[in-house]
Amino acid sequence: MTALDAEGLRAATGIAEPYLRIENVWKAFGDFVALRDVSLDIERGEFICFLGPSGCGKTTLLRAVAGLDPQSRGTIRQGGRDISDMPASQRDYGIVFQSYALFPNLTIAKNIAFGLENTRRPRAEISARVDELLDLVGLPEQADKYPAQLSGGQQQRIALARAIAINPGLLLLDEPLSALDAKVRVHLRHEIKELQRKLGVTTIMVTHDQEEALSMADRIAVMNQGVIEQVGTPTEIYRHPATLFVADFIGETNRIETTHTGGAVRVGHAVLQTETHGLRDGQAVVMVVRPEDVLPHAVGYEAEMKPNQLPVDIADMEFLGSYWRAHLNNPEFANTPLVANFSINAVRRFGLASGTRMTVEIPPERLLVFPREGVA
Amino acid sequence: MTDAATLPPGRTTRLKLDRDGVIKRGLMLVIAAYLFAALALPLYAMLSKSFVTYSFDLTRYEFQVSDETGTIWSDPVSAADLNARLDLFDPDDLRTSTNGRLAVTGFFPEFSFRSPVKYRLRGTVADAPYLVGLDLQNSTEWREFDGNTFRRVNLRPVATAGLQNYRAYFTNPTLLSSIGNSVFIATVSTVLTVTAAFGFAYALNRSCMQFKGAFRLIAMMPILVPSLLPGIALIYLFGNQGLLKSLLMGQSIYGPLGIVIGSIFFTFPHALIIISTALSISDQRQYEAAESLRASKWRTFWTVTIPSARYGLISAAFVTFTLVITDFGLPKVIGGQYNVLAIDIYKQVIGQQNFEMGAVVSVVLLIPAVIAFAVDRIVQKKQVSLLSARSVPYQPRPNRRFDMAMLGWCSLVALFIVGIIGICQFAALVKFWPYDLSFSLRNYEFDRMDGGGWAAYFNSLRMAALTAVVGTVIVFTGAYVVEKIDGFRLGRAGFQFLAMLPMAIPGMVLGLAYIFFFNDPENPLNFVYGTMAILVISTVTHFYTVGHLTALTALKQIDAEFEPVASSLRAPFWRLFARVTVPVCLPSILDISIYLFVNAMTTVSAVVFLYSTHTALASVAVLNMDDAGDVAPAAAMGMMIFYTNAAARMLHAAASRGLLRRTQAWRLR
Repeated sequence: MTALDAEGLRAATGIAEPYLRIENVWKAFGDFVALRDVSLDIERGEFICFLGPSGCGKTTLLRAVAGLDPQSRGTIRQGGRDISDMPASQRDYGIVFQSYALFPNLTIAKNIAFGLENTRRPRAEISARVDELLDLVGLPEQADKYPAQLSGGQQQRIALARAIAINPGLLLLDEPLSALDAKVRVHLRHEIKELQRKLGVTTIMVTHDQEEALSMADRIAVMNQGVIEQVGTPTEIYRHPATLFVADFIGETNRIETTHTGGAVRVGHAVLQTETHGLRDGQAVVMVVRPEDVLPHAVGYEAEMKPNQLPVDIADMEFLGSYWRAHLNNPEFANTPLVANFSINAVRRFGLASGTRMTVEIPPERLLVFPREGVA
Repeated sequence: MTDAATLPPGRTTRLKLDRDGVIKRGLMLVIAAYLFAALALPLYAMLSKSFVTYSFDLTRYEFQVSDETGTIWSDPVSAADLNARLDLFDPDDLRTSTNGRLAVTGFFPEFSFRSPVKYRLRGTVADAPYLVGLDLQNSTEWREFDGNTFRRVNLRPVATAGLQNYRAYFTNPTLLSSIGNSVFIATVSTVLTVTAAFGFAYALNRSCMQFKGAFRLIAMMPILVPSLLPGIALIYLFGNQGLLKSLLMGQSIYGPLGIVIGSIFFTFPHALIIISTALSISDQRQYEAAESLRASKWRTFWTVTIPSARYGLISAAFVTFTLVITDFGLPKVIGGQYNVLAIDIYKQVIGQQNFEMGAVVSVVLLIPAVIAFAVDRIVQKKQVSLLSARSVPYQPRPNRRFDMAMLGWCSLVALFIVGIIGICQFAALVKFWPYDLSFSLRNYEFDRMDGGGWAAYFNSLRMAALTAVVGTVIVFTGAYVVEKIDGFRLGRAGFQFLAMLPMAIPGMVLGLAYIFFFNDPENPLNFVYGTMAILVISTVTHFYTVGHLTALTALKQIDAEFEPVASSLRAPFWRLFARVTVPVCLPSILDISIYLFVNAMTTVSAVVFLYSTHTALASVAVLNMDDAGDVAPAAAMGMMIFYTNAAARMLHAAASRGLLRRTQAWRLR
């Protein structure tokens, strides 16, 4: 079947191809494999984050999509056309870098107009468009200043305006907020998301900051060592991590090594039921619990522990503003203290303090169990 | 690539070329072609020339002689047999150069052109060249000559490759002594210059002496004049009719003494810049630590100051050594009978037309220059890592006695520099040194002397302007190609090597290499020989490296992400280049052009082999007028170069400031 036929078939059946389709992409730098058989579909208008530690391949994947460092194997299709071997100048995207990369010797207005000037539009139209964009990013008065006269956050907004000036089909953001102060970062996060929603432009953002990814993305692709470990919405990724790596990388976790029997794991004498499926009896596993999923049940040890309840002692408590962090010891697994986040209300209600003996509960749907690698 | 081992089977994706890609590759090819034609190929031509020997190969020719009637012929006899039988030429006589000729009548002691005896000559192998008059023959057929024609027949040498030239060089005591001489004067000059420059730099950076600005300005003056100018001044002071000749107590200024003093003058600014940079980056905190440990000033100097400046000192020493050992102008003017390597090249080529031996001396001269270059590169790399962002710059504290001592030293050096230039100026303006010291401008009437006249000055001006413009374009584009074009890693590394190479090539060597390469009639580029173009090309190439490094530094400071951003905006790269890259680098571009201009005005070494009658240059005119005994006009021409360079420098400073104000407003917050 030729490409044209496939195209026709898709049109006839009404199944639209996703806007960006990354298929079996590999990338090697000499002996080092930076991307290993990566495939990903991105829908039109979607905001997707490539999230992972440094060296995981997220920037490599973005640069392949941008045509700056082509993939070694595999295809990339954008808007129905194969762009795998197209040079950057023939692709359809705008890009924003961590360094802003604003042209220092051009005014803000000329920076934004840089891409518009190739389109042979009349001067008046260009300047109207520049004004419109300056309004859009909330910096209407800055047209005649030079980049060095603006703050980092303002410069990044100008870089964004420059990137979207030519109405690209795809917006690529390469760690756009990493160089900014914490406060500005949170503020700009929100603004970029708003802008993206308003324009409806398909957006890929690369970041190593999980909070940024969770708060901005429609979907997150978590990457590790050249592969995508999981793709999903922020809540899916957080609530139902597919792998131990994802569970570890996103949010905080308690990890306890144990074994699995009949839909439950044992910690000391306590039996903890889990909803994780597909595990064999006697399999070596890692049990993962987030600190906020360790719930205070009662002060003192319960006489009769129900399933998913644990007796603990509070070894130490830290006040962290909106909540308390407690380090819990259990006489039966003394070498693995459990970290729990207790709300201020709960601490007040139960009267918790260092040294308190108490019972905590871990609900089965909050207890994640992963097979231990390298152990049968 | 080892893709196959780590990737699934298949073809590695390569991006299609867009218009930008085509233009960038085109640019790369142009610059690479330039560096090849202007540097690599000439050097290769020279190197291979040094292994070529020319000699008459007598086994390749046979003669026949007739009787008086011209009808009965003798048996054919080879020239070699004839020579062996009659013992005519010994092997030394048969060694010659490209232009060698051997009259065949020499083989026939009884030859008379009036006799009716006829002669026949033929080659026994295909390559047996001989001349009949000016016609080159090369044939294995017999040719017959009457006596009158036969005396115009000459054998021509054939080329053989081998080490004979080197053997000849290293068994010739006169030539060999030049190596010792060169190393001797370079070593002595280096020690003295580096010491003097260190004192001066120390005063500028570590004391609270007054008039630092003026001293800085004066110290840079020698850069503006040809290296042979101090030679002329020294002749006026200490020469046969010198004012201060008695001070030398019978020593002659012509020879090592003059060369060393002159070398200190012209290498001083180069050493000073390097040492001053090294001293300016020292860390105040180290001195505070030394003081708190109660170390004496003397001990602090040897344990803190010298070690932190050591790379600068080593680098300055090697740069000075290279400048002196490769310099040609100064020993030519004031060297007298004292032979050095650079002079030998000149004498072999211009005097004896022995190009092959010139090439051998060039190769010998390359050795110290290449070593110095390599050491300098290694040291420069280390120097950079000494700098740390957290260093606190040293703040000197006033100390009356120390500051006065420093002022004294700097005044002495300044007096020396100003004195040398002042003497030249004075000599250029007086009627007839030392007998009639009244002023006149007669020495500036260059058209009345040999050497090229005013035309030479204007040629120089044109050459320097062209070098500045063309050179800056080539150098900056070349640096852009190395720094900003992706892909071709191997190609760019080779490119970078070629760009660094000129630093290690002495001007004389480059000039000689150009003769071999461009004067070859079979070279399609032969047409530039003897034109202004070859002078510009040789000068751009000779001074390529410093400009290249300046441009590279400027380009490295530009965000690497400008190119991706521009291509995502679908703006062609040349628009980015013209609107952003060049404007941002403008200060450096101006620096490169003034550097090329000043050096083009003063250079002698490369162009002395390449100028023709209608492209004579001012700097070469200084040399030639001095050679012809017109020393005062030579000084006057040298001063013309000085005025021009000083004016160009001022113009450059003004232009830089103006441009900075107009186009670099973005630098100010």
